Amino acid sequence: MKFFHLVLANLGRHKRRTFLTIASVALALFLFASLQTVVTTLERAAQFGSARRLVMTNASGFILPLPLSYANRLRATEGVSNVTWANWFGGKYGDNKTFFAQFAVDPKSYLEVYPEMVVPEDQKQAFLRERSAALIGVRLLDKFGWRVGQNITLQGTIFPGDWTFTIRGVYTPSDPILNDDMMLFHHEYLEERIGRPGIAGWYVIEIDDADNAAGAAKVMDDQFRNSSAPTKTGTEQAFNASFATMWGNVSLLMGTIGMAVVFAILLVSANAMMMSARERTGEVAVLKTIGFRDRTLFGLVMLEAGFIALAGALIGLGGAKLLYRLTKFNGGGFLPGFDVTPRTLLLGTGIALLLMLASGLVPALRAARLPVVQALRRVE
Amino acid sequence: MRIPLSYNARSLLQRPVSTAFTALGIALVVAVFIGMLALANGFRAALVRTGSPQNVLVLRDGADSELSSAIDRGTVSVLSSSPHVARGGDGRPLVSPEAYVVIPLPRKGFDTTGLANVVVRGVSPAVWSVRANLDVVAGRRPESGRPEICVGEKMAARFDRTGIGETLRFGGRDWTVVCRFTAGGSAFESEIWGENEQVMPAFRRTEFQSVTFRLKDTGAYEEAKRALETDRRLAVDAYREAQFYAQQSELLGSILQALAIMITGIMAAGAVFGAINTMYAAVATRSPEIAVLLTLGFPPRSVLASFLVESALIALAGGVVGALIALPVNGLVTSTTNWASFSELAFTFQITPGLLLSGLAFALVMGLVGGFFPARRAARQPVVQALR
Repeated sequence: MKFFHLVLANLGRHKRRTFLTIASVALALFLFASLQTVVTTLERAAQFGSARRLVMTNASGFILPLPLSYANRLRATEGVSNVTWANWFGGKYGDNKTFFAQFAVDPKSYLEVYPEMVVPEDQKQAFLRERSAALIGVRLLDKFGWRVGQNITLQGTIFPGDWTFTIRGVYTPSDPILNDDMMLFHHEYLEERIGRPGIAGWYVIEIDDADNAAGAAKVMDDQFRNSSAPTKTGTEQAFNASFATMWGNVSLLMGTIGMAVVFAILLVSANAMMMSARERTGEVAVLKTIGFRDRTLFGLVMLEAGFIALAGALIGLGGAKLLYRLTKFNGGGFLPGFDVTPRTLLLGTGIALLLMLASGLVPALRAARLPVVQALRRVE
Repeated sequence: MRIPLSYNARSLLQRPVSTAFTALGIALVVAVFIGMLALANGFRAALVRTGSPQNVLVLRDGADSELSSAIDRGTVSVLSSSPHVARGGDGRPLVSPEAYVVIPLPRKGFDTTGLANVVVRGVSPAVWSVRANLDVVAGRRPESGRPEICVGEKMAARFDRTGIGETLRFGGRDWTVVCRFTAGGSAFESEIWGENEQVMPAFRRTEFQSVTFRLKDTGAYEEAKRALETDRRLAVDAYREAQFYAQQSELLGSILQALAIMITGIMAAGAVFGAINTMYAAVATRSPEIAVLLTLGFPPRSVLASFLVESALIALAGGVVGALIALPVNGLVTSTTNWASFSELAFTFQITPGLLLSGLAFALVMGLVGGFFPARRAARQPVVQALR
């Protein structure tokens, strides 16, 4: 475009102003992308889960335990291909500044039901063999500087006392939504120390037919309806989704702040455009005199606004995407798989373009409609 | 010699749109700042208000929340006979053993659909004398032996079937709501209370989760703590009730605060860039005026100060508007899950005069930072060139 040089020259006239405006737009879009990503990450976490996995909890409240005897009955149920269970351990490590989840599980079946936890075969066997072994997520290696073969001690809160484990394996999740900072250990290790009959925090049941999840869940709940611990079974996605809602109305909060941010940059950018336009009334008049059409001048101003908006979008949105990718940010474990989605990038670019329209429109119209003679009269 | 303020005020009015836009940008930053800190403060306040400095909360040794604790009846008996426990008017020890369970209840209304982990607390009649600031505002206390519950004020508005006379189902049983209570705006207002002897069997609990007692001598807390924690018959940790709940607000409270500062910090940078632009443009357009001022004999220092003041005025105007925008949020009730106790906590946004002042101070800082370099440029202006 032959006018591109003209646009660039205009922008280069006040380099500092252009730079500051682009920086403003970039910062605002960076913020917008970050806030949106919190919402999208929680949404994705709510959708994580295999259609073939059901989660069974105590119907009176999922903090209450289920008897281990249910495991055999579940295995014998038609349509069930595998059953595993887990217990929330809730231990503290060191000064307890960094939180990570620990679960007492039935190791063999748990790894079968969750193939997304990828473990090297030799480490897997070492973990399965030893009762006091622990399997940790790959992020914990960096977080605490742990190594395979190291002994670690946790302070129990629900199960009091000091608990020592030997790290025998490290898992890497094949799906980024699955937390990579959890610890698994043998259920039997927990049982033998607390000396009470075993309990399960919740069951994870793998079924043959994913389409019949609701039916299978009902069959299982009916089985235990009149027993000491009635159950509530649902798909894994439903279970994860309910956790995501526990934050409260996050999307409303992020959306409101996002709106304020976008409106604020609109003001900054429009202000800058207006200032430039005001200063260049004389030039516009001259350009019109030498033959530039009204339409062309309109386009030039819009292009200028557009350049600022798109440059800001590139830096701000691109910066957000890169930053979170490179630092593997996961909100301290609460926001696994934190990544700016293509949809968010598109939304951000759309906002930038809207910005261009809004901030450039009035100056562009003014330039197009400028009566030449009066404008020339005002030249300083 | 100081350049009169009226010069600045008039100059601002000469470029009304530019001034307004810049001020509005700052206003939005201040509004978000105040709003988010009001959220963090409200959350903290709800927990800090929970509990009295005169009470001691006892949990099992090593437990970090009421949820992970378990205390048997034997321990309760030993605690009740301790000389550190105050006695009520009837001579009985002011000791409240409590069960603590968290149940998933669906939220209602436009706030969000989804589950909340609501606390169901088993209490004894002693709780009404031991825990402070409790007030039954509607209905009557639950009668012994019946599946009756009392719901906290904040809870009642946010969940279905919590009106007096209505029936709520949990723990495999139906419970009749017979009263509503307030607790000084504390976390208890987000809870459901029922009699221990009804709640514990419903959830197959044979042990309590916590014991709270009134100190006979508020100053002797350290001594009481030492005595209880070293007693061989018990295996407990003792905390000052107020301190314990305040500390439970640490995790989420600091996250919210950090979030507030980060978000408004980034927004502020953007707004400051806008302010810098405005001020540079103002200085450029007014260079003949500045030259005249300098010729008249005003020292460059005064010119610097004058432009700084102008920038500050814009920012303060923005700050006031921002505070006004944020003000309606005060008293709004919202809720989240306090991960430290894994339970739903409803709280109100809390704007204090101190917060409003910090918002204004923040605006002022933005104005001064934004105005500094342009003001310096104005002060250093060579007079002769400008007049030409």
